[in-house]
Amino acid sequence: MLPNLDLEVVGASLPFLWTGLLFSLKLTLVAMSGGIVCGTLLALARLSSIAPLRNAAAAYVNTLRAIPLVMVILWFFLVIPLLTGKPVGAENSALITFTLFEAAFYGEIMRAGIQSVPRGQVAAARALGLTYAQSMRHVVLPQAFRNMLPLLLTQTIILFQDTSLVYAIGAKDLLKAAEVTGKNYNRPVEMYVFVALIYFAICFALSRLVRRLQARVAIVR
Amino acid sequence: MISICGVSKWYGPTRVLDDCSTEVAKGDVVVVCGPSGSGKSTLIKCVNGLEAVQRGEVIVDGVVVTAPKTDLNRLRARVGMVFQHFELFPHLSVADNLTLGQIKVLGRSRDEAIARGLKMLDRVGLAAHRDKFPAQLSGGQQQRVAIARALSMDPVCMLFDEPTSALDPEMISEVLDVMVALAEEGMTMMCVTHEMGFARRVADRVIFMDQGRIVEDCAKESFFGAPRSERAQQFLAKILQH
Ligand SMILES: Nc1ncnc2c1ncn2[C@@H]1O[C@H](COP(=O)(O)OP(=O)(O)OP(=O)(O)O)[C@@H](O)[C@H]1O
Ligand SMILES: [Mg+2]
Repeated sequence: MLPNLDLEVVGASLPFLWTGLLFSLKLTLVAMSGGIVCGTLLALARLSSIAPLRNAAAAYVNTLRAIPLVMVILWFFLVIPLLTGKPVGAENSALITFTLFEAAFYGEIMRAGIQSVPRGQVAAARALGLTYAQSMRHVVLPQAFRNMLPLLLTQTIILFQDTSLVYAIGAKDLLKAAEVTGKNYNRPVEMYVFVALIYFAICFALSRLVRRLQARVAIVR
Repeated sequence: MISICGVSKWYGPTRVLDDCSTEVAKGDVVVVCGPSGSGKSTLIKCVNGLEAVQRGEVIVDGVVVTAPKTDLNRLRARVGMVFQHFELFPHLSVADNLTLGQIKVLGRSRDEAIARGLKMLDRVGLAAHRDKFPAQLSGGQQQRVAIARALSMDPVCMLFDEPTSALDPEMISEVLDVMVALAEEGMTMMCVTHEMGFARRVADRVIFMDQGRIVEDCAKESFFGAPRSERAQQFLAKILQH
């Protein structure tokens, strides 16, 4: 079916692919941690009793969830230099865009997580004299996070796959590295097949982990 | 110690507390009972400001709970509360449940908090379970830990909201025993409960509520002897049947 696959090309381009993979992983990890932190703040804002805060957070989340990620990536890449007057570079632009974009998604997961904690828990925390912030920090959020761990990880798998979209602004991720080496050696098929396998292996391993976590969380509850 | 004065509360148009007034003197045990939805939980939550009231005044140990400037967190640290569904923090070990409030609210050191917490845990008979998680304990044990958690804060008074009504019958007495001991040591207690045996044994007064109103508020002897209102008579007849 695939007649003369040249596997030597793959070996020769490994160092370059490795650099691309590292950026993809860095982007995933940064957007995940930044997205969870910002998303948690968004979730708290969405559940706040202060109406303007609630509405602003809802508007942010709903807007970002209604726009394709590629558009956000492109827009951010084009608009930021106009606003700040200096280019930030494709990689930095990608890191910021992904963090802001993923915050909307992680935020919705954390909101469901916070709502999954029984109200009595907050009452008990407040009854001890903990402030609102302390109740959240020590009682509600740890439980919300634990309950939502499988969903947060699933979102991270999607995020990892989506990082390949930074290809649109020329950031040097795994997919871009495959494209470049594919062109250099004139062996695009080999390179695309190989990186597809890498994406598959990582996502498959992660989704196995999610399944194990789901079982674990179900028992503890 | 606790003084509730002309308190009214509305949820939207529905009035859930209607001009409630009562006093709990230092060292007294007051039992609050009444049919479901009569406002018992709401009343007891007004004492530590978990529920705000629209009218009237609540004073606890000299602190006006209903005044807008009151530091409610500081007040709550001194008022212990025990809930129907225990509300232990499931992600924390028993020891951490006991120390969280002491460390974060009272500013105690970890060692100090552990020492105090373990003393209270020992008091409710569960010292051996310090490293377990709440889910590993029976309902009765969880409620006793919850009582120990409240006591670890060295409260000036204790509030109980139906502490035994979520428990299997065989676990009720282990929790009541702890409460009786507490009452006998002179703790000021306000208990929402339908355990009339407990009321007979340690209560100084019994309050009967119906439709947001305090219908009876009298010494235990006269409550069990002959409640004045018809509503309370019916209620007593019903729960004493079982
Ligand atoms: N958050 C709320 N919003 C609207 N109504 C409420 C709210 N909380 C309680 N109520 C209403 O207030 C009334 C008193 O409730 P409360 O929980 O104090 O009753 P209770 O005497 O403790 O009843 P139970 O024995 O069922 O615990 C009830 O009619 C209830 O429906
Ligand atoms: Mg109640």
